[in-house]
Amino acid sequence: MSDFEEALTRIHREEYAAVVASLVRRFGDIDLAEDAASEALVVALEHWATSGIPPNPGGWLTTTATRKALDRIRRESHRDPKHRQAAMIIDPTPPSDPGVVDDDRLRLLFTCCHPALAPEARVALTLKLIGGLTVEEIAAGFLVPPTTMAQRITRAKRKIAAAHIPYRVPQAADLPARLSAVLSVVYLVFNEGYLSASGAAPIREDLCREAIRLARLLLELIPTEPEVTGLLALMLLTEARRPARVAGGELVTLGEQDRGRWDRDLIEEGHTLVRECLAFNRPGHYQLLAAINAVHTDALAASDTDWGQITALYDQLYAVTPTPVVALNRAVAHAELDGPVVALAIVDRLALTTYHAWHATRADLLRRLGRSVEAAAAYDDAIAATDNSAERAYLARRRGQLG
Amino acid sequence: MAQFLLSVHHGVDDPMPPEEEIQQMFAAVGAFNDKVRDAGKWVFAGGLEGVESATTVDATGSEPVVTDGPFAESKEYLGGFWVIEAADLDEALTWASAGSAACGGKVEVRPFQSE
Repeated sequence: MSDFEEALTRIHREEYAAVVASLVRRFGDIDLAEDAASEALVVALEHWATSGIPPNPGGWLTTTATRKALDRIRRESHRDPKHRQAAMIIDPTPPSDPGVVDDDRLRLLFTCCHPALAPEARVALTLKLIGGLTVEEIAAGFLVPPTTMAQRITRAKRKIAAAHIPYRVPQAADLPARLSAVLSVVYLVFNEGYLSASGAAPIREDLCREAIRLARLLLELIPTEPEVTGLLALMLLTEARRPARVAGGELVTLGEQDRGRWDRDLIEEGHTLVRECLAFNRPGHYQLLAAINAVHTDALAASDTDWGQITALYDQLYAVTPTPVVALNRAVAHAELDGPVVALAIVDRLALTTYHAWHATRADLLRRLGRSVEAAAAYDDAIAATDNSAERAYLARRRGQLG
Repeated sequence: MAQFLLSVHHGVDDPMPPEEEIQQMFAAVGAFNDKVRDAGKWVFAGGLEGVESATTVDATGSEPVVTDGPFAESKEYLGGFWVIEAADLDEALTWASAGSAACGGKVEVRPFQSE
């Protein structure tokens, strides 16, 4: 890719949401906004190749896309009286205030993550409209055929229009619940990239990067909600360990990772953000997960890990989010302090028999207790419950080492 | 402003609640209806007689055919509904959740086709 093409791709990713969001506010039509944004990019490609990239490419794209949208409405208004009426009520002032543009992206994000849309549609729409990813890219990220993904997105857009899903930031009373739906979409994108349940590539870096970019945007737009900061910190501290997470096609557990390969810059940024969000003194799910990851990444060797602090944070997390998955991770932390007998007793009481991590945790605890036959059976169950190639390789090796 | 249908569905096998509960429900629904009217969002609403009172007419052929019973055997049937005005889905959902709490049933929200 040439420097110019690279710059254009970057501008597309960075500015697409602002352009589309501004047009959706103005014309109330997502398809029209997307088509006009794409047309503006084609014009930019031709124009900038000869005249160079303008100082404010985002503003240039919005102005051009707005003109394209108005052209289309005028063209169609000759055929359709409804459009003629629409063209007459359009506000002719050019959108220029960057504050308003930021607000538009936030509105669009809340529309994409509306609870009246199916969760998988929320993720797809967010990546399409806010992330500026193509249908093909999103389909590849979620390992579904592009036609399936295209249908999912089309259906969601049709529902937004037909059901009158609003295009605005929710009222203060609804904000915490609606924001948590947005955060869970962003975290789902990240996890799909980081722990993808299936597929040959164990970590899909693009999805992780995209989720981090979305969280940075969200933090810029809503700096006063500590859960937003917590989510960004959590993803940065997880992302920081990526270089050490897979070696030779095999998953490497936290305790065995080469910590020299961790990304110190991301860790430092993550630690700063954890301190910032905890200072709000309103702990929540993502903040506590981020704090746990901060303690892990604080230890230069696995043996230096402050398990007392980690178990205390897991206890707090379980109070906020009392789910079986949190209980499982809490038990793993307690195993480090109280030993595998206590941890196994907790784990065996959890109803998680379809969750591969539950089998893998049991297998590991049974191995540490020297109960090899039961451990082997648990490893087999764990291998059967995951399609991730790196995870299967790790579990198979562990199983092979049993005495 | 758009119009939405808020419909309440009952299961065929749902047990009849005791008289006292029914009276409380009527009072709660009455209070909810007043709120909808006071807000200027009221279009139409009503509760329906049981599904055993339904009659189906089919005039798609040459002669209309009248049969006893609902058009399809179902585990669930429409018990009542509201038609309201709302600015957007968020407002309709807010009314629907108050309506659901009042009548003690799940409420389905569907937009009317515009024009």
